[in-house]
Amino acid sequence: MQQSKTLEMWVGAFVALGVVALFFLAMKVSNLSDYQGDGGYLLKARFDNIGSLKVRAPVSMAGVRIGRVSAIGFDKQRFQAVVEMHIEPQFDSLPEDTSAKILTAGLLGEQYIALEAGGTDEVLKDGSEIELTQSSLVLEEVISKFLYSKAEGSEKKDDASDEKASDGK
Amino acid sequence: MPSDRDILVSVRNLSFSRGNRVIFDGVDMDFRRGKVTAIMGPSGTGKTTLLRLIGGQLRPTRGTAHVDGVNVHALSLSELYELRKRMGMLFQSGALLTDLDVYENVAFPLREHTRLPESMIRILVLMKLEAVGLRGARDLMPSELSGGMARRAALARAIVLDPMMVMYDEPFTGQDPISMGVLVKLIRELNDALGLTSIVVSHDVHETAAIADYIYLISNGKVVGQGVPDELMKSSSPWVRQFMEGQPDGPVHFHFPAADYGRDLLGNGA
Amino acid sequence: MRKTLENLGRVTLDTVKKLGRANLFLLHVLSGTLAILLRFRLLTAQMYSVGVLSILLIAVSGLFVGMVLGLQGFNVLSDFGAEESLGVMVAASLVRELGPVVTALLFAGRAGSALTAEIGLMKATEQLSGMEMMAVDPVKRVITPRFLAGVLSMPLLASLFSMVGVMGGFFVGVGLLGVDEGAFWTQMRSHLDFEDDIINGVIKSLVFGVVVTWIAVFEGHDAIPTSEGVSRATTRSVVYSAFAVLGWDFVLTALMFGED
Repeated sequence: MQQSKTLEMWVGAFVALGVVALFFLAMKVSNLSDYQGDGGYLLKARFDNIGSLKVRAPVSMAGVRIGRVSAIGFDKQRFQAVVEMHIEPQFDSLPEDTSAKILTAGLLGEQYIALEAGGTDEVLKDGSEIELTQSSLVLEEVISKFLYSKAEGSEKKDDASDEKASDGK
Repeated sequence: MPSDRDILVSVRNLSFSRGNRVIFDGVDMDFRRGKVTAIMGPSGTGKTTLLRLIGGQLRPTRGTAHVDGVNVHALSLSELYELRKRMGMLFQSGALLTDLDVYENVAFPLREHTRLPESMIRILVLMKLEAVGLRGARDLMPSELSGGMARRAALARAIVLDPMMVMYDEPFTGQDPISMGVLVKLIRELNDALGLTSIVVSHDVHETAAIADYIYLISNGKVVGQGVPDELMKSSSPWVRQFMEGQPDGPVHFHFPAADYGRDLLGNGA
Repeated sequence: MRKTLENLGRVTLDTVKKLGRANLFLLHVLSGTLAILLRFRLLTAQMYSVGVLSILLIAVSGLFVGMVLGLQGFNVLSDFGAEESLGVMVAASLVRELGPVVTALLFAGRAGSALTAEIGLMKATEQLSGMEMMAVDPVKRVITPRFLAGVLSMPLLASLFSMVGVMGGFFVGVGLLGVDEGAFWTQMRSHLDFEDDIINGVIKSLVFGVVVTWIAVFEGHDAIPTSEGVSRATTRSVVYSAFAVLGWDFVLTALMFGED
């Protein structure tokens, strides 16, 4: 019967250790501590193309994460993506003319929303919509634009050198 | 059937088969209250099986077993468990729980079935251990006990709830003369002191005959002889004679059934 | 030819019968749960022998696995110039897969086989039979606490494995290989989601706990009560547990981490 005291202590320690491990994983390893269920407010923004933006992607301003994408929807009338963002409560002074851009983290990283502050005095409130948006860059379009402008540029140069050549005659 | 107040356990037309092997074929036995009744017979005749049938661990293919007026196999599981609290069983190996010491083993039924306070449990356990002579060994683990001591501890455990009957499965097998003497004394004395009904399954003729009030002799799944020890000793039945005197050959053959000796030795086709 | 078919038929029937027995057994074991939760001492005794005594094995294994992940991960990621993501790699591998699965396999080998042997031996020495005759249900008294202990211990052990593994990866990655400490943790945190990864890892380890412990106690209870029978049952318990864990891992991974 006496041995059960030590035994119970060990089992208690074991369970505590397991819970601590779980806690460690939850806090240090995953994003639980960033998870605010309460507080904060919601903003909306429409994009023509959201690329690979996912729910829970970060929303940042000046590089600081101020919120997360909470929902992604589709406007059947205007055929646009409607992104809902949850902003932390302490960032409550965003000007009404704040713009939203979809950027990529690093070269091949995940996409996120970057907000740039405008200059108005009025602030965005819960449920407001961000008017100025820039869709994500689609790689194919960028490349084709680049190639096209390259082609144009070399044509112009050919014309110019042709002219020069003809001038020199 | 349970009309005779004298009889605690009665077995009627009991038949039991395991696969194709018939172990019992219509066995009738009565076990009187307060008496030591022995079941003897050659090895392998299923004597242990009989105890399991009486205790409800096995179901007979035919026939009944009544304990204290109740048909064992007609009981529900909880009723059966209630009945078993009043039955003690001593297994051949003792079957002590190996992770508990002797004291805890004997206390086990009390802890499981009663809400008695520690002080009461202690008194009961020590009393039973004293009865079997192991009070000083109460802190030993089963692995530290000799075979005889383990059986005595198991006996103390079997009587701790003050049952109405105790079943002994080959209690004398493999014991040295002294341990055997101890067990013989204990079985008889406890039976009389506690007013128990004892059923002893054994093949040790001398020891069993010394303490039994009545003996049943079983062979080939049937009762081949019964009576008080004196009667049996004087019996003229060949089965009884062979068993009681330990004759190597008789109704129970020496040779296991085999083909012709000559042919076997000289090989096939010789 | 005919012999083979006969054998196949018999093996199939035996397997089906065994599965049936195993399921009825599980129901019997579960029916004793409430009673055991009320007799806490029995449960804690088992949690000690099943859980506490496995801690050292799990922790050391976790540490080494984490360190190896750190080394190997660094090698692979440096080809892509993505060493900063070492933290993500180590943590994701551990929390989602290696933690639950490796812990379950180690647990089956250490605690599972011990349970099978113990119960098989109790059967062989008639202790279970003795309990029946003493009007104590041996399954509820002996097996249920062991089963519950196994199920409860597994998630704790798996979390321990993952935690120690992440720390091992940290020592190797940041300490030895020069990965930036900040990047190690922050990348990890932004890529590992509590619900998707941690909780799913815990669910996996619970499922594995049920499966491994169930197989272990059933094989012990079903064993032929001889020394050879018990030894075979112990081997079977470890082997079947391994198959079951890996099989369920596939199913659960597909359900949890498949594309939504």
